[in-house]
Amino acid sequence: MFLINCPYCGERDQQEFKAGGEAHIERPKQPTELSDDEWAEYLFMRKNIKGVQFERWNHAHGCRKWFNMVRDTSNDEIKAIYKMGEKPPSQ
Amino acid sequence: MFSMKSKYSVFSIIKNAFSYHENWGKAWKDPTPKKEYDAVIVGGGGHGLATAYYLAKKHKMNNIAVVEKGWIGGGNTGRNTTIIRSNYLWDASAGLYDHALKIWEGLSQELNYNVMFSQRGVMNLAHNLQDVRDLKRRTHANRLNGIDAVYLSTEEVKKFCPIINTSPDIRYPVLGGTLQRRAGTARHDAVAWGYARGADAMGVDIIQNCEVKGIKRNGNSVEGIETTKGFIKTKKVGVVAAGHSSVIANMAGLRLPLESKPLQALVSEPVKPIIDTVVMSNAVHAYVSQSDKGELVIGAGTDDYVSYTQKGSHQIVEGTLNAILELYPIFSRMRMLRQWGGIVDICPDASPILSKTSIKGLYFNCGWGTGGFKATPGSGDLFAHTIANDEPHKLNAAFNLNRFVSGDLVDEHGAAAVAH
Amino acid sequence: MTKNLRVKSSEYIDETNRISFKFNGKTYHGFKGDTLASALLANDVHLVGRSFKYHRPRGIMTSGSEEPNAIVQINPGTNRTEPNVRATEVEIYEGLDASSQNCWPSVEFDIGGINNFLSPFFPAGFYYKTFMWPASFWEKYEFFIRHSAGLGKSPTSSDPDIYDHRNVHCDVLVVGAGISGIQAAKISAKNNFKTLLVDEKNELGGSTIYENNEFNKINNKTPSEWLKKEIEELKGIKNLEIKTRTSVAAYHQYNYLLARENLTDHLDAKDKTNKIRQRLLKIRAKKVILATGALERPLIFNNNDRPGIMLSSAVKKYSEFYGVACGSKNLFFTNNDSAYESALSLYNKGINVEAIIDIREQSESKIVKKVKEAGIKIYWSHTIVDTAGYKRLNSVSIMKLSNDGTSVTGSKISIWCDCLGVAGGWTPAVHLYTQSGNKLKFDEEKKVFLPNQNTSEQISVGSCGGDFKIDEIIKNLNHKLKDTLNIKETDLDNIKVEIDQENSKRNIWLLPSDKPLGKTKPFVDYQNDATAKDIKLALREGFRSIEHVKRYTTTGMGTDQGKLGNMHALGIIADTAGVKMGELGTTTFRPPYTPLTFGTIVGRNVGKFFDIFRRTPMNDWHVENKAQFENVGQWKRAWYYPFNGETMHQAVQRESKAARESAGILDASTLGKIDIQGSDASEFLNRVYTNAWSKLAIGKCRYGLMLNEDGMVYDDGVTTRLGENHYIMTTTTGGAANVLGKLEDYLQTEWPELDVYLTSVTDHYATASLCGPNSKKILKKIIPDLDLSDENFPHMSFKEANIGNIQCRIMRISFTGEHSYEINVQASYGKDLWEKCMEAGQEFNITPYGTETMHLLRAEKGFIIVGQDTDGTMTPIDLQMDWIVSKKKYDFIGKRSLYRSDTMREDRKQLVGLLTDDPNIVLEEGAQIVSELNQNPVEMLGHVTSSYFSPNLNKSIALAVVRGGKDMMGKKLFVPMENKNINVTVANPVFYDEKNERLNA
Repeated sequence: MFLINCPYCGERDQQEFKAGGEAHIERPKQPTELSDDEWAEYLFMRKNIKGVQFERWNHAHGCRKWFNMVRDTSNDEIKAIYKMGEKPPSQ
Repeated sequence: MFSMKSKYSVFSIIKNAFSYHENWGKAWKDPTPKKEYDAVIVGGGGHGLATAYYLAKKHKMNNIAVVEKGWIGGGNTGRNTTIIRSNYLWDASAGLYDHALKIWEGLSQELNYNVMFSQRGVMNLAHNLQDVRDLKRRTHANRLNGIDAVYLSTEEVKKFCPIINTSPDIRYPVLGGTLQRRAGTARHDAVAWGYARGADAMGVDIIQNCEVKGIKRNGNSVEGIETTKGFIKTKKVGVVAAGHSSVIANMAGLRLPLESKPLQALVSEPVKPIIDTVVMSNAVHAYVSQSDKGELVIGAGTDDYVSYTQKGSHQIVEGTLNAILELYPIFSRMRMLRQWGGIVDICPDASPILSKTSIKGLYFNCGWGTGGFKATPGSGDLFAHTIANDEPHKLNAAFNLNRFVSGDLVDEHGAAAVAH
Repeated sequence: MTKNLRVKSSEYIDETNRISFKFNGKTYHGFKGDTLASALLANDVHLVGRSFKYHRPRGIMTSGSEEPNAIVQINPGTNRTEPNVRATEVEIYEGLDASSQNCWPSVEFDIGGINNFLSPFFPAGFYYKTFMWPASFWEKYEFFIRHSAGLGKSPTSSDPDIYDHRNVHCDVLVVGAGISGIQAAKISAKNNFKTLLVDEKNELGGSTIYENNEFNKINNKTPSEWLKKEIEELKGIKNLEIKTRTSVAAYHQYNYLLARENLTDHLDAKDKTNKIRQRLLKIRAKKVILATGALERPLIFNNNDRPGIMLSSAVKKYSEFYGVACGSKNLFFTNNDSAYESALSLYNKGINVEAIIDIREQSESKIVKKVKEAGIKIYWSHTIVDTAGYKRLNSVSIMKLSNDGTSVTGSKISIWCDCLGVAGGWTPAVHLYTQSGNKLKFDEEKKVFLPNQNTSEQISVGSCGGDFKIDEIIKNLNHKLKDTLNIKETDLDNIKVEIDQENSKRNIWLLPSDKPLGKTKPFVDYQNDATAKDIKLALREGFRSIEHVKRYTTTGMGTDQGKLGNMHALGIIADTAGVKMGELGTTTFRPPYTPLTFGTIVGRNVGKFFDIFRRTPMNDWHVENKAQFENVGQWKRAWYYPFNGETMHQAVQRESKAARESAGILDASTLGKIDIQGSDASEFLNRVYTNAWSKLAIGKCRYGLMLNEDGMVYDDGVTTRLGENHYIMTTTTGGAANVLGKLEDYLQTEWPELDVYLTSVTDHYATASLCGPNSKKILKKIIPDLDLSDENFPHMSFKEANIGNIQCRIMRISFTGEHSYEINVQASYGKDLWEKCMEAGQEFNITPYGTETMHLLRAEKGFIIVGQDTDGTMTPIDLQMDWIVSKKKYDFIGKRSLYRSDTMREDRKQLVGLLTDDPNIVLEEGAQIVSELNQNPVEMLGHVTSSYFSPNLNKSIALAVVRGGKDMMGKKLFVPMENKNINVTVANPVFYDEKNERLNA
């Protein structure tokens, strides 16, 4: 059970949060310009990294804000948390 | 084909008893890798070992190896709740899983290894009106696909499994259910061990503690794999690495439509027989059966984040047991003996990938999510066909990687039960 | 008759409080403070159970939660029965009834005992090698295997007890209240850390509390005397909470621990009712101090499992703590000094000690000398080669051990005894440490696995951290506490410890016998009957990984999870395979540490608290009017209202006719409602719906379809423009929360530049939907001054009005095809609104209708229900709703996916109407549709999604999805049922009022 430091509310139990998958996959600005392959890449393909991963979380049962997390998926260590739109910390 | 090995039977046990069981041979060897193989299977779980077994048996590819990072059967094969069924909604899924079920029905004899496939039936429960529609839809589809499945009324559910609380007063009453009698459970470890023994007897090298570190390519073709035991040359690599599929794919510069998430399960202390079938309830999320040892085997759900730790969060276990006690209040004083987690690779459409890739000689068998165990023999058979012929079998043609581009998904979460 | 082996009063046993209890139907007596095990031993009962596989008689082996053998069924046949309970953990109480398990007809005479004689045929893994012939017989074999397996019996009635949860946040959690734990807790709390100290036992002090050994002194007192005073001092310390009978079950990441507090199991039967039985503590601690101690290990020798063979430390505890002699002819078997402490303890209480058998060649420690002085015979360099006594140990045979410890020499000596205390050294209890995710290292000298690291969040102190001597324990505890709590001085700085303890040990994992291994039974896992032979067989057969050996032999898979035997299993594997134990690693210690009751994990979330109920403000009215309800998500929705014994069919037919012929009213409060405001609200709707929104006039309503990014229909509903920058969106009942979540996701992460604010107002409004040709008249009666003319208030428009003083929002929208109004009021006025409508509608026979009639009426109009007519694989084009997909908009969620090769196929499944050739046959929802009956396998074209008997059309109607269906109008198809085939014809899905004339009727 993670202890997650919501950038808006402070430390809260994992139960209050929902994970939103890999971060920094921007929705294409011009989807119609993309090939089916490129669209599939956006829609479905994921790095699914074992190691340090940038991902999205939502304080669903709290402030309902989305934010980003840097987490090592091989040991679940949370390395950093930053707000949407902020620059990701360098590793 | 077991000429090299002593055949297992009650007679061999009695014979060996007189020599205090000192003369049993090895179930499989512990070879050092050769320099080159005709094909290498990455991942020594049930699916990988079955693939090797059928490559050797049906396609006469005997110069092959299975490389396994840890110990065979140590991943999801040895961690799942062993439910086997084929009552899937879509034709492609039904074809795939029933192919597997048919092999299960003779597998102990085929392998000369008792995998304890127990056709005790699997029931799926409906708890709301949409569940009823969905289960009826699935039952009709199953019947027309030649899969045994019947729809049960609440009373019939109660009759088949009397300990279920079918009172209309519970929070989500049981409104009905389906039953597949040919479905059931098997002994998970035995499946890995039985295939390993069978493959080994046909000359397959099973190499444990051998982790793949890289995939060597020449242009767009596979040339071999880098491992912790050195480079192994091969033109065909079949990856059956479950939760770690993306890790291997990344080595080849591929991305897959997968996320690897924690899935938990638990067992109670062993008790005398109390539940004689497998009961699955998707709506309240409770899956339970009883092992031959007497433990209640309970499947919990997945967490929603990627993790390779084989650990999940407590809320998932709590939620599952809430549902178990809702349906089986008599289990309140039973006690959890052990809980554990696995890493499941989940596809967006909850269906697997058994496919060639854009790289020649590289094949993936993955995305089984929460329900791969049941498919083990069929998956191995079809993947072996795909590798040997460089072309999918018609039963796994739909489970290609291109479906994520074209949109032709095999979406099993929509109307079917989850893929346990 | 049974003997009384109570030897000396103990301060922990209240001899004034005599308690009677039953074991296997016979009444015994013990005292308050006894466990079932100590009370049975005091009555000279050793035979308590039978083993899992061979049904060998087994006795009490330990004094704690590691007990593998003495497990019993508590209160059989009652609703408080519990299987597999360790007799060593049950505190006796008036009314306790316990019985042996896994034996028939009785523990004294068990038919299953024949397995013991057949054991040569049951080696490890035998079941993988047999029961394969004939092929169809496995389930028959399995029937017998299942019935002979299992231990106790599951309860068969509901649990009368209640369970509870509590969240605990503390600065420091100390697990284990032995000498280390007590000091850690005391120092932590004194330094102003909010501290929680837990221990699984009912008394604090661990094993030190009965440590009256004269060789160790703390501040010139025996450890026991000193510790009692320290415990006394705990009482006055602020910031310190102490919980006894509290066992930590699981240690998850981020210092999240689960502990089970046992509150009533020790109470008399009559005092248990209406109390919380167990409470699960969900602990989040800033720092965790593990002081979980060590478990004594047995020795592995031939027939080491007979009743009367116990751990040496247990023999000592029964004597010192419970005042019970475990035998009258006691013998010890050891590889270290621990057994000498136990022997002296018995000696000092006047209990007979026959001899000590020591596999070491010599020891010169003071305690050994003391034992010699006491005249107790010591057999150095000897080992037990066999034991005798079927249901109770009566003798052992010993022989001299060879120098290398692998064989025995000389002649056999028999020693009569009825109790054997075995001491094989100590294993640190590192289970919780490893559960937390940390790694172990192997200490070659001590032959134990130890925590590899202490972190700022977690330390292991005392014997679980590898310190076994009191002076080391105190010294290391002190500096670890200073480090982790960041403090400079502690009470331990000035403590004076004198010790005379030796740790000399001779470790032999598997002791030899004069017989070949194959003829012996050296048990490693007692409960599962796994022997050293089985382990060696597994290795011989090629199982090399420790996990393989464990699974093949079932070592460590009993209810004790290998607490006693795992180290020996590892040692035997390492020795046999010729590898170092440190390289071999351990099996994973999985939670929970001791079995955890399901009810405790579930807590209060049972029965009606399993999931919350969501009820509408009009719910009471529905209940009073005998509505039947259906669950829709967490909502309870009125399904239909049977009058005067009507069947569901009759009620729905009546409701459906009434709604079209005069007036009907539906409680639509459960629909999701999202308030959308901001200067970019219109643009936002453009992006999330398939159709265009910019031109929607204020006061107008529009139906919208929302897709997933994969192009599949996700949700639908009517959205109304309340103002320039203000909309109210409705969603499906079940989809409300997900839709809001999805919209917030896009808004916050993809389009943060949009000025839009979303608020869920689902619970803020109650909604009554009035429909039918007389709905207008009824509304007019309720709100006389509102102009209801089609000019002022046309279909798909919105008005604000007042009913008396109550403000309401009225949308003229229709899901039935009838002229209708959705009236929204503040939730608290919902029932009032409903009753007003009913009153005003009385003259028009206004008829309340439920969800079933709503579904029927909309199906007559061919309106879809997302989730019923769609299943996540349908695009709007598939639904023949091309009209709602804007061709002009550059983008919206899911648009790109509509143009993939598969989603553009013409022969996808499409929504159509189906009419049965026999208008009285109502199709089954979910039934499949085919065009050819004589194919094998038959090709399924699609399925029936919605199906009803329409009272307004007087025939059955259905909606279905059919491959290529949009070009099949009028085509004959079949619905094959189990016993018959139903002929159907593809039809327009709009069955009723195709020209929508009734909307303005």
